Amino acid sequence: MKEPKNNIITIMSGGAAGDGVRAVGTNLIKFVIKSGFEAFASVDYPSLIRGGHNFSRMSFSNEKVFNDYSAIDILIAFNDETIRVHQGELREGGLILADKFTEEELSILGARAVVLPMEKITKELNAPAIASSSVALGALCFILDFSLEKLNELLLEVFKTKGSEMNVELALRGFEQMKEQGIKYERNFEPIQEDFKDMLNASDTFGLGMVKAGLEFYISYPMTPSTPILHFLAANQKELGVKVIHPESELSVINMSLGVAYTGKRSAIGTAGGGFALMHEPFSFAGIGEIPLLVAVVMRQAPASGVPTYTSQADLLFTVFAGHGEFTKIVICPGDAEEAYLAGGHGLNLAWKYQVPVVVLTDKHVAESFVSGHLDKEAVGMLPGKRAENTDENYGRYQFTEDGISPMAFPGTPNTKSKVTSYEHDEKGISIEDADMTVRMQDKRFLKNTEIKKEFSQLETIKLYGDLESKNVIVFWGSTKGAVLEASKYLDKPAKLMQIVWAEPMNVEEVTKQLKDAEVIIDVEGNHDAQMAQLIRKNTGIEIKERILQYDARPFDPLSLASKLNELLK
Amino acid sequence: MSLNLSTKAKITWCPGCTNFAILSAFQKAVSEMIENGEVEEKNVVAVSGIGCGSKITDYLNMNTFTSLHGRELPAMTGIKSANPSLLVFGFSGDGSTYDEGVAHLVHAARRNSDVNFFVHDNQLFALTTGQATPTSPKGFKGKSTPSGSIEEPMNPLLTMLSLGATFVARANALDIENTKKIMQEAARHKGFSFVDIVQPCITLFDTREDYKDKLYNLDESYPTDDFDFAMRKVQERGERIPLGIFYKVEKPTFEEQLHQ
Repeated sequence: MKEPKNNIITIMSGGAAGDGVRAVGTNLIKFVIKSGFEAFASVDYPSLIRGGHNFSRMSFSNEKVFNDYSAIDILIAFNDETIRVHQGELREGGLILADKFTEEELSILGARAVVLPMEKITKELNAPAIASSSVALGALCFILDFSLEKLNELLLEVFKTKGSEMNVELALRGFEQMKEQGIKYERNFEPIQEDFKDMLNASDTFGLGMVKAGLEFYISYPMTPSTPILHFLAANQKELGVKVIHPESELSVINMSLGVAYTGKRSAIGTAGGGFALMHEPFSFAGIGEIPLLVAVVMRQAPASGVPTYTSQADLLFTVFAGHGEFTKIVICPGDAEEAYLAGGHGLNLAWKYQVPVVVLTDKHVAESFVSGHLDKEAVGMLPGKRAENTDENYGRYQFTEDGISPMAFPGTPNTKSKVTSYEHDEKGISIEDADMTVRMQDKRFLKNTEIKKEFSQLETIKLYGDLESKNVIVFWGSTKGAVLEASKYLDKPAKLMQIVWAEPMNVEEVTKQLKDAEVIIDVEGNHDAQMAQLIRKNTGIEIKERILQYDARPFDPLSLASKLNELLK
Repeated sequence: MSLNLSTKAKITWCPGCTNFAILSAFQKAVSEMIENGEVEEKNVVAVSGIGCGSKITDYLNMNTFTSLHGRELPAMTGIKSANPSLLVFGFSGDGSTYDEGVAHLVHAARRNSDVNFFVHDNQLFALTTGQATPTSPKGFKGKSTPSGSIEEPMNPLLTMLSLGATFVARANALDIENTKKIMQEAARHKGFSFVDIVQPCITLFDTREDYKDKLYNLDESYPTDDFDFAMRKVQERGERIPLGIFYKVEKPTFEEQLHQ
């Protein structure tokens, strides 16, 4: 296998919850991107508020980084545990920055152990312990030859008036400490000079995409890892023009959203697998009632409470088959923050265009990571749904039409009654039980399947990368995109990379075309059952025999994945 | 143009069902309010769930939203939040509201959502052919409790008061005129209006005889703004069962605060 690239540096900060691990993580990637690099950062934390072991890990480069690496160049250890747990992940020549080391650690690490007296410095300046993060940032600034001036700008921006001067001083002390000790780490690549990227997070961009498509209400009950969407939209609701409601349960969430949609206002909801499990009856109601609905399902390791703050791709089939009975739905699986923006915007528009439930399926690794990138703001707008004009007493909410899509009229329309129901019904929305209408209404709704498939030529339902002529095909979806694209930098043989974006309905013709002549097909997923491979077999009849599956609730490491892929490629 | 609030749907309640009386009371209540100019016909929305009483939305020629068992209230709050100019009514049963959807009832009252909620309380599950609900008397012999229910019944009005509901009333389905009046007062009240409608199920649990001498109307001088008094009054459920508006106060509504 190709050598690890020397234009990628990975920095980890680790400590107990409350130590400032996250602050270093987010401020560091913000700083690095602001300085003109590409970067990807993930967070790893247990389900508790104070204590435990947390880390934030970032890889940066002068080229696109799709996923962070497990091998660390610089480790900032806020406590002893971090040194113990992660010293084995240090690359040759890698450094550990910590307040203190044990004799044993010093004898093993030698010059790689760098004392950075964060506790002493914060105490001297009467700063809280959490402010150690700014000392660490200052130290990194010297070690990696970044501009201290730029760091100061960032600290002033992040902390605004609240202790910004103090943090600038702390960073300077960290910087000087390293200067005195003469600690440097070779960075043999320069920042890109133009087209500076933004720091993106998929939870935020998903929210922004929905807002661009006319979102007026976001309703959610907190559940990791979907909560960041709720927090982002709640914190920015005035500016974004969205009403955010946090009701008593997931059942209330989805039923409230259906009520909002009945009045013609665009609403969306978000939850994790467990919350989505509670929502199935009303999800099915959205199907028969033809009520536009957008649900973000952010996966975490299940079953049941599972491993709540860790990632997973095990809810794919659960989502594709969600809801009792048979009805049309759309499941979109964005693989990064840029795609999450599009999925939020397109998802909401599709829900209203076809009057169907739409799921945007992501996971913790997508939802809580940060990445450098750009939002394609031109790609999303608000597309209106089919509206009934000049209605009267003959209006029927479920009127038969050629494309199966009935024109919508909402309460408040003069001389018009809009009747929506969870029962099978006639065109007016009155319950029926007869066999003939039961069939006709279902057939009407299934006509929408044909219409939805017309989107395949407009939207990216699959995405291809790598060598498009290769007979080696690697199949993946969702957050696994990052690891596969990063791993592809180390493949010994050419390979075509196929990302499935739409799990339901699947673009069967295109998927079949890409797979039918392949000699080796490898499925890469973060679950035990190779769920996408199962779905592809169901839809195309093609069986994918080679599988790289990981269900330890952690994201893939690009290098380990590359070595597994190289064993299988021909 | 005369107002027609009935659809052509075939009514499938048992002959003589007390739901006919509730339907009639509601149609009268709404007709009068439309004719008085209190509300425009286009802005009236009726929501229901699943159960005998909830079939009412099929029979009402107005905007309706037939939701799921127990899920009427979240939908109602969603509708009112999204379009505060709508006048939102909800119809549910004692099974749907006090069993399946009781969490939503608790929170609708607590958040003072400006919707009007009418519970057809016949003290049993009727559409599923007769099982105990939370308002069935202890010892109730239903198909799921053939030896008699071993659970104490709940007092919905007491529950609502304790949760801060701003309009708490009880009506008698068979007294159409007074039920109509209470429905109208509920509609006029700004905030969460809760009405438990006492309703004999003439097919499965006929309480007509039992109620005959027990039910009485609160008199005109009853103070509707005295919380402590209301708390005591709603506990009167033995030989005499009072009907009327027990409590009515103004508080900021969920929707007006949401849109502030």
